[in-house]
Amino acid sequence: MKVAVIAVQGDVEEHEWALERAGEELGEDVEVVWARYPEDLEGVDAVVLPGGESTTIGKLMERHGLVKPLLELAESEVPIMGTCAGMVLLAREVVPQAHPGTKVDIEQPLLGLMDVRVVRNAFGRQRESFEVDLEIKGLEGGEFRAVFIRAPAVDKVLSDDVDVLAEYGDYIVAVEQDHLLATAFHPELTDDHRLHAYFLEKV
Amino acid sequence: MKTGTWRVKTGFARMLKGGVVMDVTNVEQAQIAEDAGAVAVMVLEKVPADIRKAGGVARMCDPAKIEEIMDHVTIPVMAKCRIGHVAEAQVLEAIGVDMIDESEVLTPADEERHINKWEFDVPFVCGARNLGEALRRIAEGAAMIRTKGEAGTGNVAEAVRHMRIMRQEISELTKLDKEELYQKAKEYGVPFDLVAEVASLGRLPVVNFAAGGIATPADAALMMQLGADGIFVGSGIFKSDRPQEMAEAIVEATAYYDDPEVVAEVSKNLGDEVAMQGIDISEIPEEERMQTRGD
Repeated sequence: MKVAVIAVQGDVEEHEWALERAGEELGEDVEVVWARYPEDLEGVDAVVLPGGESTTIGKLMERHGLVKPLLELAESEVPIMGTCAGMVLLAREVVPQAHPGTKVDIEQPLLGLMDVRVVRNAFGRQRESFEVDLEIKGLEGGEFRAVFIRAPAVDKVLSDDVDVLAEYGDYIVAVEQDHLLATAFHPELTDDHRLHAYFLEKV
Repeated sequence: MKTGTWRVKTGFARMLKGGVVMDVTNVEQAQIAEDAGAVAVMVLEKVPADIRKAGGVARMCDPAKIEEIMDHVTIPVMAKCRIGHVAEAQVLEAIGVDMIDESEVLTPADEERHINKWEFDVPFVCGARNLGEALRRIAEGAAMIRTKGEAGTGNVAEAVRHMRIMRQEISELTKLDKEELYQKAKEYGVPFDLVAEVASLGRLPVVNFAAGGIATPADAALMMQLGADGIFVGSGIFKSDRPQEMAEAIVEATAYYDDPEVVAEVSKNLGDEVAMQGIDISEIPEEERMQTRGD
């Protein structure tokens, strides 16, 4: 199968590696495409929105015509997974971080595909970034080491179509909605590829 | 739950890949950088070109100014401390800066040693001219490396030199046997395991950006083609005549570095008239070069 990773900015290489390993574990031949042009998205079986800076990725996706083909793929139920920045981009609503004193209004391009509200930098700045073992619904084989980096999180689910897969503290940190999957943490930064395998099984 | 782990620190740097970190000196510049698509801003009292001009001692930026910028942008905020100045680094960590650059652009505080960066939860980036320097900084706990180049010159030649040297030295390392790797570890003054890891990966174990003298979109594309994971632009944006356009163009040229049509398009009308004025390295006396600070 052909999996596109949106490759305008972020940890694309790490997702490529994780997808290939997950494919091996599933006995599937996975071809990863670094997608920077609309034509890179033609005929793909799945798409990953990587970690990175969501404002940067969103702007470049918009300027280079990637938003429309992505929305079309979503419409035809091609599985899409987003991690961290990818979760922000998939969300219907985004609100600024709870950082005290913040004076920012967020205006950034979003795909708006998942019925969730996402808080950016929900756990704080880089100093507060952390890793922790999480129980993830639907994932066999025990807890998952989740790496949170200036991570966003879901504070509100906006429809019954959204399935909560994992929670941490006051927030929801992994969600699924039909063919869409989003995590606040980075499964691509560890050697545990179960979440990528879970995603590929949607194809 | 654990904060400040190696994975969390190096992971932060990985999220910056393919992006541009821009030097800024006030809120307005930080907002221009964010709007242009920067992955982070680096807050300074003065950009390197002005530090060079002003002379005297260059120190950490006023924490009040850094906090003000943190309140006005959503992207990560970095700041520089002097080489070996543990207390400045502690101040930057205390106010919540996302990454600290222990930088040769400021006047070194300790001629003998760098900061022990393992003591901090906040990740550090450090400059290097060659593999030995890069590995010494990583051994001290740096979670990210950048070339030193020659900051504030608008001349990319030194960054090119440093990136090439590093690549060549890594490539040589991959061909050595175990005994020779031990020798190299001794020569560089770093643990054997680190040298062995680089030899087996064929690259640094952390993200490696280009910095020091990048002044045009084509400069950024060149450094990316030489294998940089991303770009720091210091004076190149806010010393140009059209910062907004220059910032956007460098972001584009970094993401689409191997597409000459994109680089050509964004380079239009940002020629010599607009780009910052450059200084050739031969015009800078040895003792005024920033890159030789902190080996």
